[in-house]
Amino acid sequence: MTGAALPLAVVLSSAVPGIAIFFLGEERHLARTALNLVGAVAKIALLAAAVAGVAGGTAYEWRAAFLPGIDLVLRVDAPALLFAVLSGALWLLTTVYAVAYLEGAPHRSRFFGFFSLCVSASMGVALAGNLVTFLVFYELLTLTTWPLVVHRGTPKALRGGRIYLAYTLSGSALLLAGVAWMHAVAGPVEFTARGVIAALDAPPSTLRAIFALMAAGIGVKAALVPLHGWLPEAMVAPAPVSALLHAVAVVKAGAFGIVRLVYDVYGIESGERLGVLAPLAAVAGVTIVWGSFRALFQDDLKRRLAYSTVSQVSYVVLGTAIVGSISTVGGLVHLVHQGIMKITLFFCAGNLAETLGVHAVSELRGAGRRMPLTMAAFTVAALGMIGLPPFAGFVSKWYLGVGGLEAGQGWVVLVLAASSLLNAAYFMPILRAAWLEPRVEPWPHEVRGRYEAALGLLVPPLVTAALVVLAGLFAGSDLSPLGWAKLVVGREYGP
Amino acid sequence: MTSAHLFAFSGVALLGAGLLGVLAHRHLVRRVVGLNLAGSGVFLVIVALARRSDPPDPVPHALVLTGLVVGLSATALALALAVRLHRETGAARVPEEDGP
Amino acid sequence: MSGAAWAIGAVLVPLAGATAALVGGARAGRWVGLATAGASAACAGGLASAVLAGGTVRHRVGGWGAPLGIELRADGLSALMLVMVAAVGIAVTVSAAAYFGGAGGGEEQGRRRLLFWPLWLFLWAALDALFLAADVFNVYVTLELVGLSAVGLVALAGDRAALGAAARYLVLALLGSLAYLLGVGLLYAGLGTLDAGGIRAALGPGLLATAAGALVLGGLALKAALFPLHGWLPPAHAGAPAPVSAALSALVVKAAFYLLVRFTREILPGAALPRAEVLLGALGAAGIVWGSLQALRQDRLKGVVAYSTVAQLGYLFLFFPLARDAGAATALSGAGLFALAHALAKAALFLASGAILKALPSDRLDGLAGLGSRMPLTAAAVAVASVSILALPPSGGFAGKWLLLSTAFATGRWGWAVPMLLGGVLAAGYSFRVLERAIASTPGDAPPVRAPLAMELSALALALAAFAVGLVPWAPLRLLGAGGALAGVAP
Repeated sequence: MTGAALPLAVVLSSAVPGIAIFFLGEERHLARTALNLVGAVAKIALLAAAVAGVAGGTAYEWRAAFLPGIDLVLRVDAPALLFAVLSGALWLLTTVYAVAYLEGAPHRSRFFGFFSLCVSASMGVALAGNLVTFLVFYELLTLTTWPLVVHRGTPKALRGGRIYLAYTLSGSALLLAGVAWMHAVAGPVEFTARGVIAALDAPPSTLRAIFALMAAGIGVKAALVPLHGWLPEAMVAPAPVSALLHAVAVVKAGAFGIVRLVYDVYGIESGERLGVLAPLAAVAGVTIVWGSFRALFQDDLKRRLAYSTVSQVSYVVLGTAIVGSISTVGGLVHLVHQGIMKITLFFCAGNLAETLGVHAVSELRGAGRRMPLTMAAFTVAALGMIGLPPFAGFVSKWYLGVGGLEAGQGWVVLVLAASSLLNAAYFMPILRAAWLEPRVEPWPHEVRGRYEAALGLLVPPLVTAALVVLAGLFAGSDLSPLGWAKLVVGREYGP
Repeated sequence: MTSAHLFAFSGVALLGAGLLGVLAHRHLVRRVVGLNLAGSGVFLVIVALARRSDPPDPVPHALVLTGLVVGLSATALALALAVRLHRETGAARVPEEDGP
Repeated sequence: MSGAAWAIGAVLVPLAGATAALVGGARAGRWVGLATAGASAACAGGLASAVLAGGTVRHRVGGWGAPLGIELRADGLSALMLVMVAAVGIAVTVSAAAYFGGAGGGEEQGRRRLLFWPLWLFLWAALDALFLAADVFNVYVTLELVGLSAVGLVALAGDRAALGAAARYLVLALLGSLAYLLGVGLLYAGLGTLDAGGIRAALGPGLLATAAGALVLGGLALKAALFPLHGWLPPAHAGAPAPVSAALSALVVKAAFYLLVRFTREILPGAALPRAEVLLGALGAAGIVWGSLQALRQDRLKGVVAYSTVAQLGYLFLFFPLARDAGAATALSGAGLFALAHALAKAALFLASGAILKALPSDRLDGLAGLGSRMPLTAAAVAVASVSILALPPSGGFAGKWLLLSTAFATGRWGWAVPMLLGGVLAAGYSFRVLERAIASTPGDAPPVRAPLAMELSALALALAAFAVGLVPWAPLRLLGAGGALAGVAP
């Protein structure tokens, strides 16, 4: 495949099946599942080829004329692949999960159509080569995720969707202002390692204001405090959607956007010089602690996980905002680790809801005995989130802590420690209730089957839990997320 | 005061009277009459402006002729509307400002 | 064929069609309409290629020149407007052919069928003539033709609301025309010429310029529904039959806006009216906010769409303060793209409303629950068109908004960015209110619905076209730049 076609094919590999699915009748299960899986497998194959190519030094870029003086650019570089491979792999698993979860539910063609388009938009965000392309796909992400959030069509779902839109569209207005202003000041801005600001001759106050606008605009999706309010409300979505939003698509896109903003638009040195990194790090720190704190008080399981996401995604932002390659590695690798850990947790939460009717932490007693595999996966992911070795989360926290110390920002370690303690505080009760407490009353709404849950619901979390373990155990290998993050940092950013 | 000036001032006066009529009444036929008055005022002003050269400039006259034709068509349309409105509602008043 | 021939055809073909429809009677109406639409669109297309190839096209009808002859002038902006009329026109014609039907429906429907085709084709001819007019006198004539046919079309529905809206529209339109005429008369009196170039050359700042400018711009602003002179628009556009509303919101108000652009850029710049331009922009910003807020309060789909037009026109008025000095080229590109995308998307929304009204008892928002499953094509049209109205990428609306925003930041007038961004958020409010209905669960006892396929497809086609403008914005911009309408903008 030529260099220009590959990035485009990666984006289209889910868009084309997605549009085709819209035209399928509701009853065409087989065709729909086939289209989904073909698209997912094709995407992974393309991404594998891209990884091999980029590791070897090949460049892939696709351009098209768009606005006057500005092209649409899709470029496959090392950071892009970090996000893209995560999204692609997790999409396949989430598709399997969603097919099982939505068994018998209405409007599945509409759901899977938008589902596929949402992943295309994520791919576009990952592979965007300049600010305008990023903006285009970022907005498409909002548009394609809204129908998923409000899928059930109930007044409660619509209300959640309204809040989601209010936040994300306000954020998009800020981002649009920032991008337009940046173009007025700097011309078309392509993502370049080390950033483009250093070469600019613009007043620092302007550059700071533009940074603030863009960071706020992206920060809504990245759930930075105080722009995080939409995330718990978006939990009205079906579990596969929550899994997708938190691990693969929306929140990750926000975090990825911050990474691009700091490294490939501004550059870490300019960022430090302008003094915008310190406020960003402070916001990240507050978000980490506040999110974990709020999670303590949520009884609804998905809402607890939502606040956990608010907290954990800011690890990425924190790693980005601290000057130093080690903390950058920590932030980047947590992009992947948080993804696989959180998706496991959401898959398990979905299983508990679907199979037992359990939605709240207070209803979980004895779940470990009834659904041991599911709860085992949940336990692995929870321990990873707390940061225990040898799970993936430990690796990220280690790098972030060491990076913080090395950069002279010792408070980072305090924040990480506090977060770990709070994580333990809100995960341990769940684990204790599930494993150690016996079940007395019947389950709210039990569905009995051959296995503890439908196979399609059971296998994906087991796979991702295994990945959590592997990513931690084999972190030293070049093939691990950590290995790739180190490659990214070494190649693109440097010390 | 020349006749041109006389025409011009009369035209302005007619325009004013016509505008007042349009704004003050809700009845469609009265508004149409007001519009015709205002229109005549405008035409008179333009014709007066033509008078400033000798022989009179034909271009403003062309403008006025066009305006007269347009006014005639518009008045016909407005009166037809008034008749239909009356048939539908029993009065030819333009309804109050309410939503669609 | 030469450019001049296409230009003449663009006016004469729909005119001939209107006459044929009048003579042919109710049954022949839609066939005449369809044939004429195709031929007129071909003329517009031919003219556009002529302008792209050879620059501005000029023609003196009958060999008589200014000041009393009719000169047709087609530069990039005119050609783009004509293409816009053609694209919307075809879709409206197809949709109207299904909406009014070929026969049956009773006496009232038969009367509407009889009158719609001549009036609509005549409106088309008048619009084309307006976009091709080269001097202020012909502008007056064509402006009146457009206005009177539009009023006739508004009154077509025949019910009390429509008649009242038509009456109000007529009175206000005539007031606007009188103001325009008086302004033109003053200009002539002071400068001795009605020709655009002549006026521009001779006009300098002073009392005459200010008075004439205020009258002309005021009259045109009234016809373009600039806040606070917008009151006639929502009842008229919401009360008219859906294909008519599409034509009105997409095309007729654009004609007035187009004239304002021509006057401020080409005819009156010597009058040095910078505060007028800022005033137009400020009122436009107010219109964005007011129109959006009112749209949020509507309980019928056509009401939402009509007030949305007021809001979107407000965006267009931001062109005026942004087009001063260095910003002129990009501001015009932005306004041109925005106007084109809005025409396509807004017409799509109204045509979709028409399909809904054919299938469901009313277009009340609470009755639209589950539209996505009951009328998927129409719901898709509404969704895609709304994306363009929201100016979200990669639609045509976004391209226009981006260029206007860039101009604001590049010329240091970033204050004008605020109403644009706020408008986007407010538009999301009223648009998603409608889209929520489409996704909301269908009530259990909802009967299956059927709407004419032609109506659904024409709406969807226009919505996709609005999207397409956003994917390849350089194509309309190339047309806009041909003939020097945009001095020095790089595609």
